[in-house]
Amino acid sequence: METARKSFITGTMFKSSMIDALKKFSPAYMVKNPVMFVVEIGFMFVLLLTLFPNIFGNEVGEHDRLYNAIVAVILFVTILFANFAESIAEGRGKAQVQTLKKTKTVTQARVLLSDGSEILKQAHELKKGDIVLVQAGEVIPNDGEVRDGIATVDESAITGESAPVVKERGGDFSSVTGGTTVTSDWLMIEITSMPGESFLDKMITLIEGASRKKTPNEVALNTLLVSLTIIFLLVVVTLYPMTTYLNVPISIATLIALTVCLIPTTIGGLLSAIGIAGMDRVTQFNVIAMSGRAVEACGDVDTLILDKTGTITYGNRMAAEFLPVKGVESKDLIQVAWLSSLTDDTPEGKSILSLACELGVNTDDEENIIKSSEHIPFTAQTRMSGLDMKDGTKIRKGAYDTIKKESMNAGHGIPTNMEQLIQQVSSVGGTPLVVALNDKILGVIYLKDVVKAGLKDRFDQLRAMGIKTIMCTGDNPLTAAAIAKEAGVDSFIAESKPEDKIQVIKDEQAQGKVVAMTGDGTNDAPALAQANVGLAMNSGTNAAKEAANMVDLDSNPTKIIEVVEIGKQLLMTRGALTTFSIANDIAKYFAIIPAMLMVAVPEMSALNIMNLNSPTSAIISALIFNAVIIPLLIPIAMKGVKYKPMSAAKLLNKNLLVYGVGGIIAPFIGIKLIDLLVGPLFHTFGL
Amino acid sequence: MWQIAIVLIIYLPIVILTGHYLFRVTMQQKTWLDPIMDRFDAVIYKLSGIKQVDMTGKQYVLSLILSNAFMVFIGYILLRIQAMLFLNPNNIDNMEATLSFNTIISFMTNTNLQHYSGESGLSYLSQMLIIIFMMFTSAATGYAACMAFCRRLVAKTDTIGNFFIDFVRVITRVLMPLSIVVAIILVSQGSPQTLSANQTVQTIEGKVQDIALGPVASLESIKHIGTNGGGFNGANSTTPFENPTVISNIVEMLSMMLLPGACVVAFSLMVAHRKEKTIFGKQGLSIFVAMSVLFLVGLVTVYVAERAGNPIISELGISQELGSMEGKEMRFGVAQSALFTTVTTAFTTGSVNNMHDTLTPLGGLIPMFNMMLNVVFGGKGVGLMNMMMYVLLTIFIACLMIGRTPQFLGKKIEEKEMKLIALCILIHPAIILLFSALAVTTTAGVAGITNPGAHGLSQVLYEFASASANNGSGFEGLADNSTFWNVTTGLAMFFGRYLTIIIQLAIASLLAKKMFHSDSVGTLKTDNTIFTFLLVAIVLMIGALTFLPALALGPITEHLQLYLHSA
Repeated sequence: METARKSFITGTMFKSSMIDALKKFSPAYMVKNPVMFVVEIGFMFVLLLTLFPNIFGNEVGEHDRLYNAIVAVILFVTILFANFAESIAEGRGKAQVQTLKKTKTVTQARVLLSDGSEILKQAHELKKGDIVLVQAGEVIPNDGEVRDGIATVDESAITGESAPVVKERGGDFSSVTGGTTVTSDWLMIEITSMPGESFLDKMITLIEGASRKKTPNEVALNTLLVSLTIIFLLVVVTLYPMTTYLNVPISIATLIALTVCLIPTTIGGLLSAIGIAGMDRVTQFNVIAMSGRAVEACGDVDTLILDKTGTITYGNRMAAEFLPVKGVESKDLIQVAWLSSLTDDTPEGKSILSLACELGVNTDDEENIIKSSEHIPFTAQTRMSGLDMKDGTKIRKGAYDTIKKESMNAGHGIPTNMEQLIQQVSSVGGTPLVVALNDKILGVIYLKDVVKAGLKDRFDQLRAMGIKTIMCTGDNPLTAAAIAKEAGVDSFIAESKPEDKIQVIKDEQAQGKVVAMTGDGTNDAPALAQANVGLAMNSGTNAAKEAANMVDLDSNPTKIIEVVEIGKQLLMTRGALTTFSIANDIAKYFAIIPAMLMVAVPEMSALNIMNLNSPTSAIISALIFNAVIIPLLIPIAMKGVKYKPMSAAKLLNKNLLVYGVGGIIAPFIGIKLIDLLVGPLFHTFGL
Repeated sequence: MWQIAIVLIIYLPIVILTGHYLFRVTMQQKTWLDPIMDRFDAVIYKLSGIKQVDMTGKQYVLSLILSNAFMVFIGYILLRIQAMLFLNPNNIDNMEATLSFNTIISFMTNTNLQHYSGESGLSYLSQMLIIIFMMFTSAATGYAACMAFCRRLVAKTDTIGNFFIDFVRVITRVLMPLSIVVAIILVSQGSPQTLSANQTVQTIEGKVQDIALGPVASLESIKHIGTNGGGFNGANSTTPFENPTVISNIVEMLSMMLLPGACVVAFSLMVAHRKEKTIFGKQGLSIFVAMSVLFLVGLVTVYVAERAGNPIISELGISQELGSMEGKEMRFGVAQSALFTTVTTAFTTGSVNNMHDTLTPLGGLIPMFNMMLNVVFGGKGVGLMNMMMYVLLTIFIACLMIGRTPQFLGKKIEEKEMKLIALCILIHPAIILLFSALAVTTTAGVAGITNPGAHGLSQVLYEFASASANNGSGFEGLADNSTFWNVTTGLAMFFGRYLTIIIQLAIASLLAKKMFHSDSVGTLKTDNTIFTFLLVAIVLMIGALTFLPALALGPITEHLQLYLHSA
């Protein structure tokens, strides 16, 4: 979002947006935005009146001609500002599409035929099911699944993340995306999407399409704006015969000025920019939304379903405490635990080392021991790891039942408070790892699921917003409950299977809730499809990505919370600026109506509460305010209104005060200031 | 002032009681009238072959339109041949074609705009068979539409309720019993209820005068209960026979305020009773308060403006101590007149106990404005429906401001609904402004205007506001029995009534069919003070901003000229 702010001030951006804004004056384009189209028609009318003063038969003086010219210029600028806002918003997306298109430059792919021979094919001719071979330095031609080989792949073209990822057959790392580059070794890939339907293609059309396709809520709001425009057109059109009947002379330019001031040009001019910028904020966040509808649905989310591992906790468990059994010194346990993990490369092992070091273990001989000892790796059969030292000392850590067996076999027996320690660790949601020296049990390492920092506050905020959080985990209920309590989620599902997730979603939806979830595995796909908002991880399988309506390129499941906020912010920006736009009308009325009628009904000056210089100055000032407010609000339209999580009632109060009351007061001040500037000027011109 | 306070204090408890009763009638729950009325209903259902099956929204609207069309057809023929029929002791002639067109639409749409004078234009048979009959049926039509609308907002299905059953039940359970009670009170106050011919008497001054008689009390009761407003006599409730005393005046005001307010209570109970039993229900209360705020602001304005009197008349040395008494009845004074004026236009009844034409400019602006808004309680159930359009609009904007897609009572407001809501809000100003513009540009239209300048424009605006809002009161002074005025106001009444009802029921049907979404702390509360405040603001913004230029040319110019001239 920082970059968004910077970039719409840059010179090149400004220039190209301006040119684009001028191109948008084409009536064929303007007609899509009825509010601004009305302004354009008004502009053309006044322009005609300026160029051919007698076109409608009335005798017009030089002063009127100057007045008409000024009105025409302001109307032109009003439209220009609105178009400019849209162009700026589109500009950002365009730049992104260009970079993406560059990655689509693969022209040829090596297709392996069933007889083992190899032929070269154009990338766009690849069909679903084709097997291609991609070697180091080559670009993957289309989305697919790895059939054979292991290789590192640079996905920075899509994710922006420069560190290469390992891809191999099977598991959650088997899917590859077209447009990414193999940086080492080779991969044999089965193509899974049709030409033109790859993830990259979708991304491009989505980002391009963001500026074209209106979201459902945007269409509904547009309907409201159009009807307001029609109402005010009616007001002005019917005003003319009434004034004629009463012999109150009003010029056509003034009537057009009144129309333009009353119709909601502010929001009408910024509406499409708000939508584009909102989608863009999601993209900036490295999340690809498959449709604007999905982003809007985010604003409505009532229930968030979150996986425990990776989302709520860090993926790995960390050593939290060393618990010696009765009769063993804590120091000894730590020393042995440290030894046991010296050659252990797993995150758990590393966490044991750092905790041991923290507690002051003797690390003098480290290099030597590693060199001289034999590493015993963890296997599914033995379910323990450790090392055999040169002097024959056997050091092991592992699951309780295996170590227990070893200990019994060696005739050491089980320490008296062993079971109690295991129980103690399990009850707080931890995993016990038992440490043994020469098959004699010394104690337990308490491995803890570490809840990500700051999550508890986030969940509190979500609760304040009325969003319920549900944690899904394969852990047993005891462990799950402990983690749930620590993370501060509202409820949890323990020992959950993928099918359970769908059931939870369905249950919530039956109660009329809007559900969001994140997922990555193939077995998450049905749940992702069932949820109202499904955020798939880019690292996940293609099936999951297909089923979801959003994909997070950074594969950070916690992001769903931010996406929800962006969705809300998008809707809020529309609401706030609509309110502001409508509230503005009051001041404009007080400027224009007395000014318009003062010539015929001098008593009307009593309603000139802003004490504006002259009728002409009053009308022009209102019109200038109406134009200038658009570029002034572009930053809000782009960045979205400020949003802090709070309850609906508080949020409404706050936004009403800022954009409602503010919308009533601001134009009174603005019009008065403009009048102070232009009033004397008009006086010298004799207007 | 205390007279006004007393009426409002009496109003509150009876509107809540009636609301509960109306709720029971609407939801087909047991009422104390059932033992008697069930038999009546059974006979009616049997005679007319009404099947008690639930209707879809479409069927409901169709039944409503067709039955109304049938009544219009019969009524029109009766008006055209009334001279040849019986019960015509005063030998009234047949009614002219465009006037008949105007009159029949006027009464079928519950407008009761009268381009004729009852005592010289209608036979007793027409008064009873058309006017009183339609006063019942048009009111019942409006309440039935409102019931269908409210039920669909709270229900989860579109197939609910039967138009004919609602229609019959409203008449037998609500309108009839209340009318009988009110008619008896009015008779006790001195209203005539007779079928004998007008009497020619010699007055104390020695001159000869025709005294118009007839079944006045019975018409008068349903005229107010059903927020109809069409008088037996041309001068409506200013005449001593229609409105003899201060007590009858209060009874008539309470009668017209009763059911529109009770509709809001009944709707509120329908919303609240999904969860718990309450006296009022918060949802309806927030709407009721919004309506009350608009009502009270209007009332105070009229009262203050009339109380202040006319500065030009003061200058002439005529005392304005009693306020501006021009066109008012001495037995009512400024307070009772100001209240009656506000009530009859806010609750869109259209009966008058003083001449609105002679109200001070600001005093005349308020009744006009009430009808232009058409949501300050409004008449015969449709007032609530009109207000609900603004409620939905307010929700749309407010929901966006809290970052939610708009939702009311668990149903999402999307593009289709928004289109219809916008159309619905558009119709009313379109009718008033377009016809007014037409009237001041055509010679036929201008011919009817009897006042110069701004007040002339006020006459025109008032007439079309009254027609489109289905109010029916006249600014008077307008020479409105001409082809132009009969036809244009006839069309205004017709479109103002039926287009709106059709669209509103369509919106309710759309919402009824939608998926239900539950509420949480994150959803918009539509039943608290801030929402009420926002609702009033939106009504004023859209309503006031639409009519402000026209009002500025009419009453506001008049007011400024009146005061600044004398200063």
